[in-house]
Amino acid sequence: MEKRFVYADNAATTEISKPVMDVLCNTLSVYGNPSSLYDLGGKSLMVIDSAREQCAKAINADTKEIFFTSGGSESDNWAIKGMASVMQKKGKKHIISTAFEHHAVLHTLDYMKKQGFDVTLLPVHEDGLVRLDELKAAVREDTGLVTIMFANNEIGTIQPIAEIGAFCRENGIVFHTDAVQAVGNVEIDVKAMNIDMLSVSGHKIHAPKGVGMLYIRKGIAIDNLIHGGGQEKGRRAGTENIASIAAFGKAMELATADIPSKIAKVSKLRDRFIDGALKIERSRLNGDRDKRLCGNANLCFEGVEGESLLLLLDMNGICASSGSACTSGSLDPSHVLLAIGLKHEVAHGSLRVSINENTTEEDIDYILEKLPPIIERLRAMSPLWERIMKENA
Amino acid sequence: MYTEKVMDHFANPRNVGEIADADGIGEVGNAKCGDIMKMYIKVKDDVITDVKFKTYGCGSAIATSSIATEMIKGHTIKEALELSNKAVVEALGGLPAHKIHCSVLAEQSIKAAIADYYTRQGIDPEPIVGKIPECEGGHCHI
Repeated sequence: MEKRFVYADNAATTEISKPVMDVLCNTLSVYGNPSSLYDLGGKSLMVIDSAREQCAKAINADTKEIFFTSGGSESDNWAIKGMASVMQKKGKKHIISTAFEHHAVLHTLDYMKKQGFDVTLLPVHEDGLVRLDELKAAVREDTGLVTIMFANNEIGTIQPIAEIGAFCRENGIVFHTDAVQAVGNVEIDVKAMNIDMLSVSGHKIHAPKGVGMLYIRKGIAIDNLIHGGGQEKGRRAGTENIASIAAFGKAMELATADIPSKIAKVSKLRDRFIDGALKIERSRLNGDRDKRLCGNANLCFEGVEGESLLLLLDMNGICASSGSACTSGSLDPSHVLLAIGLKHEVAHGSLRVSINENTTEEDIDYILEKLPPIIERLRAMSPLWERIMKENA
Repeated sequence: MYTEKVMDHFANPRNVGEIADADGIGEVGNAKCGDIMKMYIKVKDDVITDVKFKTYGCGSAIATSSIATEMIKGHTIKEALELSNKAVVEALGGLPAHKIHCSVLAEQSIKAAIADYYTRQGIDPEPIVGKIPECEGGHCHI
């Protein structure tokens, strides 16, 4: 096949789509301060209100429950730190989460531990799924917050959010979920699923970077993270990023317009890739095969290291990612892969291919054509592969 | 992130492979840390006449081992022992800070191969080559 460019790192970020770009460009000139009295400001307010409606509708929330932020990390920080302050006043100090959360949650929880909170991280098992009975067992009298991601960013496993939500609601525990990866890939109904807080990031759904939202259910009181002016009903200060918010609203509308069709189309391509890639000797799929995002494939290839794999894929025009130590910026490979029980040396050889509705069958076949010889080439020069072959001879 | 020279040595590594009748073989690093380098040398009259390597690791691990083989091939053992990781980094036009340890591994793999050569000759390598840090089982903080 002729050399092509295949972007398969949509879990990292996405391209701004044409309709979203149009909204973004058309609203960049809307500059009036939405807090001002004159008509110019009113126009800006209308743009924001309309985006708020789109966002609310996308997750079956009320508009008063949508708060625009700078993105997923801020939303996660706000939900956890804001709730922790409230817990402290009530004498509660226990937070439950999982071992494979995004760092925006995990590192915030590390910070909360330094502030005197107790944090329990639930195991996620080999399939990358939380067990409801283990959550139940972890609950204490002073548990004030459960924060569990909707779908994992590396291995794409989708958690039993409705069950967790129902359990938390029954027991009066506030439930936050980081839905950055899930929005647009899974039907989300915050009412039916009993979700109290939910984080979303714009740039994962074809909106620009630097915009997102936190849904906070009516009646849930959390402290502010960003203090200042009275924007966002006095709960998140800062003059609104009008154009990005408008673009984000449009992106939310489009991402949730027809999720079943997207799942049908994209999961077929994902399965084509997984089946093809698993034909490679000593490879494995990470995370449950079925309870995973329609666009996520995460595999390990023994005897190769992830970064060199990515560099060779890039030379062939393929953008993907890996959880190897070299790409995680530390000595350890991805905490997600370690959390599902992989050995360091296996986790170093991971590859995440994250596709979306723009991916074609030709793209998948192109990756499947390029990948096996790249693995073969790296294995041919790998002393680790040599050892694996000797041990299994 | 990487210089053109690093990418060249990564994409077209020199002296990859094994030497069946090697006079010395050195292996450093470990799988847990994500990089292993294995060096094979042929020695005649104190000169390294041939060298081959195999590396499991990231782009800079492959590039540093490749350029290191070029820097010692045809040189005396004494010269090879003088090859520092700094010289390897310079020859590559620089490495990102968190990749410097790859150049240390390259230097050590050469020393390990020479140590093995001396051991095979019945000569205690430590006074000549020095001690090569053990890296098995834990993290290599080098």
